[in-house]
Amino acid sequence: MEDTRVRQHDDRWNWFWAWANPVKFMSWTGKVLPWLMAMTLVTLIPGLVWGFFFTPEAQGFGSSVKIIYVHVPSATMAIQAWGMMVVASLIWLIRRHHVGALAAKGAALIGLTMTAVALITGAIWGQPMWGTYWAWDPRLTAFLILFLFYIGYMALWAAIDDPDTAADLTSVLAIVGSVFAVLSRYAVNFWNQGLHQGATLSLDKEENIADVFWLPLVLSLVGFGLLCLVLVLVRTRTEVRMRRLRAIEMRERMRDA
Amino acid sequence: MPELGKYAGAVLSSWAVSVGLLVFLVVVTWIGARRSRAALDAAEARRRERQ
Repeated sequence: MEDTRVRQHDDRWNWFWAWANPVKFMSWTGKVLPWLMAMTLVTLIPGLVWGFFFTPEAQGFGSSVKIIYVHVPSATMAIQAWGMMVVASLIWLIRRHHVGALAAKGAALIGLTMTAVALITGAIWGQPMWGTYWAWDPRLTAFLILFLFYIGYMALWAAIDDPDTAADLTSVLAIVGSVFAVLSRYAVNFWNQGLHQGATLSLDKEENIADVFWLPLVLSLVGFGLLCLVLVLVRTRTEVRMRRLRAIEMRERMRDA
Repeated sequence: MPELGKYAGAVLSSWAVSVGLLVFLVVVTWIGARRSRAALDAAEARRRERQ
């Protein structure tokens, strides 16, 4: 333990880890949140309005192409949220920064909601396009398992009274579940089968959809990303406050006993 | 309102579910933030009174 403290004291990355100090975290997030909220509004609303009202029908897809403006960003954020939870969990497991564990906990409901949106909108789109709401396709199945992992992650947090033990166990679950987060994204490439098509967006411009659909989709993606960032920060701040509240209440109970 | 043709049901229901779930998420997050702030402020006030 002493060695660990000395090592952490001498760590040249301490300037970076200081941002995870709860007091400093509450201070800097309180300052940046209004800006992030404003940026969310000016990207998300125009992106969705553009996608719904001002995009043409696509050949072979008709007006159903408008579903991608909610389906693709939510599916992307469902995977990113789990990725963020894995990074935050590793910070907790390796550095024992409480804000890491609380950020992962705060992100879970966001990821669960995004996964639900992706699954439901995908099923609604699948009925007219594939003739079925559901198929045991690699990508769809990986997303369903990711959805179940989100529920399991939240249930594990709720089931364990000691917050440090809950943080340890949920962190391990987050790392295990990352397999399905990766599969949700790359299952189509790995198995090259199933109903779901490949990436709608990629860095390789030749694979991208036409600009008339691509530009509002990118704006929606940025809007969804910023919305998730805002929600993660707000929910992490809530968890930090709740942790402080539990500490005060425990001290009160010990004094009253 | 754009002309949605035979996919109107699929498009409108997808958007309704998505917007509904996003609004639910924002509202739950906002209520949680407000409640935690109020509870912590009350606890901090009790702590200051006792000191």
